[in-house]
This record gives sequence, structure tokens and C-alpha cells, in this order.
Amino acid sequence: MNAPVDLDHARIAATTPLDRLDPSNPALFRDDVWQPYFARLRREAPVHYCAESMFGPFWSISTYKDIMQCELAHKVLSSDSLHGGISIRDRDKALRLPMFIAMDPPQHDEQRKVVQPIVAPGNLAKLEHVIRERAIRILEGLPRNETFNWVDRVSIELTVSMLATLFDFPQEDRRKLSHWSDCATALPMPGGLIENEEQREAVFAEMLGAFMKLWNERVNADPRPDLISMLAHGEATRNMTPREFMGNLVLLIVGGNDTTRNSISGGVLFLNENPAEYNKLRANPALIETMVPEIIRYQTPLAHMRRTAVADFEIGGKTIRAGEKVVMWYISGNRDETAIEQPDRFIIDRARPRGHLSFGFGIHRCVGNRLAELQLKILWEEILRRFPRIEVVGRPERTYSAFVHGITNLPVRIPG
Amino acid sequence: MPQVTYIEHDGTEHRIALEAGKSVMQGAVDNAIPGIDADCGGECACATCHVYVDEAWLAQCGTPGEQEASMLSFAATAAPNSRLSCQITMSPALDGLIVRMPEAQH
Repeated sequence: MNAPVDLDHARIAATTPLDRLDPSNPALFRDDVWQPYFARLRREAPVHYCAESMFGPFWSISTYKDIMQCELAHKVLSSDSLHGGISIRDRDKALRLPMFIAMDPPQHDEQRKVVQPIVAPGNLAKLEHVIRERAIRILEGLPRNETFNWVDRVSIELTVSMLATLFDFPQEDRRKLSHWSDCATALPMPGGLIENEEQREAVFAEMLGAFMKLWNERVNADPRPDLISMLAHGEATRNMTPREFMGNLVLLIVGGNDTTRNSISGGVLFLNENPAEYNKLRANPALIETMVPEIIRYQTPLAHMRRTAVADFEIGGKTIRAGEKVVMWYISGNRDETAIEQPDRFIIDRARPRGHLSFGFGIHRCVGNRLAELQLKILWEEILRRFPRIEVVGRPERTYSAFVHGITNLPVRIPG
Repeated sequence: MPQVTYIEHDGTEHRIALEAGKSVMQGAVDNAIPGIDADCGGECACATCHVYVDEAWLAQCGTPGEQEASMLSFAATAAPNSRLSCQITMSPALDGLIVRMPEAQH
């Protein structure tokens, strides 16, 4: 069984006046108590206006069907960083970061098409043996009968070494990639990873410096199948401003990092919370195929994507006015009982497990979705070959964020 | 009922009868034909029901709408005869339709 929802939060979620309900509070995600708040929104106010939050006023879209409608309405619901981009937190206009996920057509389409080939079926097939080799090396190096943080030793390690390969970035510096990724999404706060935006800009400048070196090497060489070479030679990207290059780097680093990392961690946790499913998996490893998308649904590594209305938009009997912020809560749509059977249960052999919202839908759908699945699939194949059991031996710690739905510490022990 | 033939990337053929009004994607899903994923369930929002329409049937199937063309433009395996099968509605005029699947859906 899954851990029961904190009773107090069930009560608070049920009794707070609807117009004062704020599902964006990052503490709800850090403490893993977001579920009853979204259950109430889906039931009573699927299109909901929150007038006051630490991110300012915003609309919440919480059901599967309404989220799908918003995903398809990209002409009215803009992703452009000029309007605030794709996450609930507005950035200072002077610090805006153009990147293709935070652009509208036609520029979005042109830049996306430059990097898309890296995850085309032919290229994925080539990456498969690299991923497997890395996964084996990481798993073989894990201690037995000793408590360690799965997130650090496996989830981060596998995703950064993959990213370094995609960028053809020096493997020995791969941990810089996860550091930059964490800095890119951290909420500034005293004592936090990032205390203010100046610090973040300094980290971005360091990142840009490292990548400019690679760019300069590759722009003068023949095109190669790595992301930097592709950007340096791509028609729509070779004349990017440094700021645009920086933005797209942040996109590719965060996109390739946080999401897969947190699904790798989530999988171990969910199987421990659901021993019957873990037994099913051990008895039939072929279920990895359907388990992988189920892990991605159940974790929902990005809790939301944000849009900004550029014209009035009618949805669910409400009118969203031009200029207003719209938050599509994937984490809620993935638990919508009208779209997914028994959505609060982790079931590794669902008939159609890929119909979840974690990758988004429409023109901004995750470019790397098949690569993410491939990494999880290979990792689980190699885990099952080696370890009959990975035991979670302590409480997971989670990210303080309404955007990245992450696990920062997962204490585990491998008996042996 | 009108018939559709789906040809997998490895050449395996599946011939089914598909009720007029249903989409070519639905026919594949209902009959568990491999090679069509249809992650979004027919909303024209993911491009994982991508097929190549046999040249002889191209005109009969019509042309992709704006959203479909956008989604197809992101598929590295797309060709001039590519369509999203959720956007092709079966009709008596399409009896005998042949579609082929790409190497993989993504």
C-alpha cells in the first residue's frame, strides 16, 4: 500500500475556502502532501483561480481532459519567455532566457527540429549499448549491506553520464551538468543552493563559458552527431545570441537531468511501497516494458507546465483573460480518475500505460521521451539481473519546488 | 465493412475490417496491432500513430490539417506520404487502404 496521506492535510484541503486554496506552495511537494489539494480541485474547481500565492495570481488546470485542451491551444496559450515562459515562477524581464521550449511557432519549431534528430529511432539504437555499459558499471560499483543514497549513486550518475555523451562533454566533468541543472531550477532562498538571481546568473555564465569552448571547436569542424555540433551547424540555431545558446543549454540540461533522475529514484521507491508489484516484476521481468511508463506517470517528474494567455480563452465554463497565467498541473491530471483507472495505485502491468501527461502533449511534447524510457528500461533490466531486492531503509527527502517533482535523498540498502 | 491493411516495419501484414467512422489509429489499437502507440488517444497531440499511406491511397485520405502537420514535422521519420492515423477516418471509399508503419514511433 502507498503511504497514507497526512490526515491533517486531508482536513486542510477539504476545509480551506476554495478561493483561498493555493496548490502551488512548494512545501506541499517537499512534504508529499499535494494529493488531497488536487483531488479537491479536480472535483470542485477543475479550472481554478488563485488570487494570491508566492508566484502571484494564476489559474490552475487540474483535470486530464482540460490539460489536453490547453496543450492543443498553443496559439492562445503562449509559452514565450517574453510572457513568463513555462514555469509558474516569473523571471525578471532583464534575465529572461530564450530557449525553444519557451518559444511559440514558428521559431520554436525551427529550433526544435535542429536537436530532434539526436533522439530519432536510428540514433537511439546506437545509444543503447552505451547506456547499458554505463548502467552495468554503476550497478557493479554499488556497495552491499550498506546504506547509501540511491539518488546520488545511481539516478544522478546515470543521467549525467548520458547527458555528457549527448553533448560530447568531458565525462570527467559530468557532475557539473547536474550542478548546473539544480542551480537552474532552484528557488532562491537564504542558505539554499542559490540565494539570489545574481548567483544563478554567475553559474549560468560559468556554464556558458564551458560550452562556448565546445561550440568554438565544433563550429569549425565537420558536423557530428552531438547536440553542440548540431546547434553550431543548424540553420535555425547557428546564429543564436549567447543568451539564446545559454537558454537552450539550460533546457537540454534540465530536460535531460531532473526528469529521468527523478523517475529512476521514484521507481525504486514505488516498488518498495508496493511489494506485490515488486514480486510481479521479479517473476516476470518482461513487465519492465509497461512498468517504465507507469513509473513516469506515477512520479510525474515535472509537476506542471505554465502558459500565458495572449487572448481571452474559454475553458470549463470559465474565461481566462489575456495576460493571465495558466498552470497545467500534470501531477494532478495523472491522478484524474475520469481518465485513468485507479490512478492513485502504482500498477506495473496496465493495458495502455503511455497515455499519461508527464511528457506533455502537443507541439511542446518532450523531445527526449523515448530516450528517457530507454534509460529506465535498460537500468531495470540490469538491476533485475543483479539484485533480487533493493530496500528503501529511510524516508525519502524531496525537492522544495512546485515545478521539479524530485527526490533528493533515497536511503537504500542492497542485501547480499 | 471496409478493410485496412497495416504493414509493420518488418513487413508483417495485418488485414482487418474497420467500421466506417472509426479512425485508422483506433483500428490498430482495438486489434492490438504492434507499431502504433497512440499515446494521446487520438487528440492529434503526440505523433505516435504515425503511418505512411500507400501512394495509391494518398489522395483519398486527404491532406493533414495544421495541427497534424505540426506534429508530423517533429517526427524524424516523416516522409511526404506521412499521416497521423488518428486523423484518417474510415469510410467505404477507403476500402482496401494500405498503411505502413515507421521504424519506431517517437
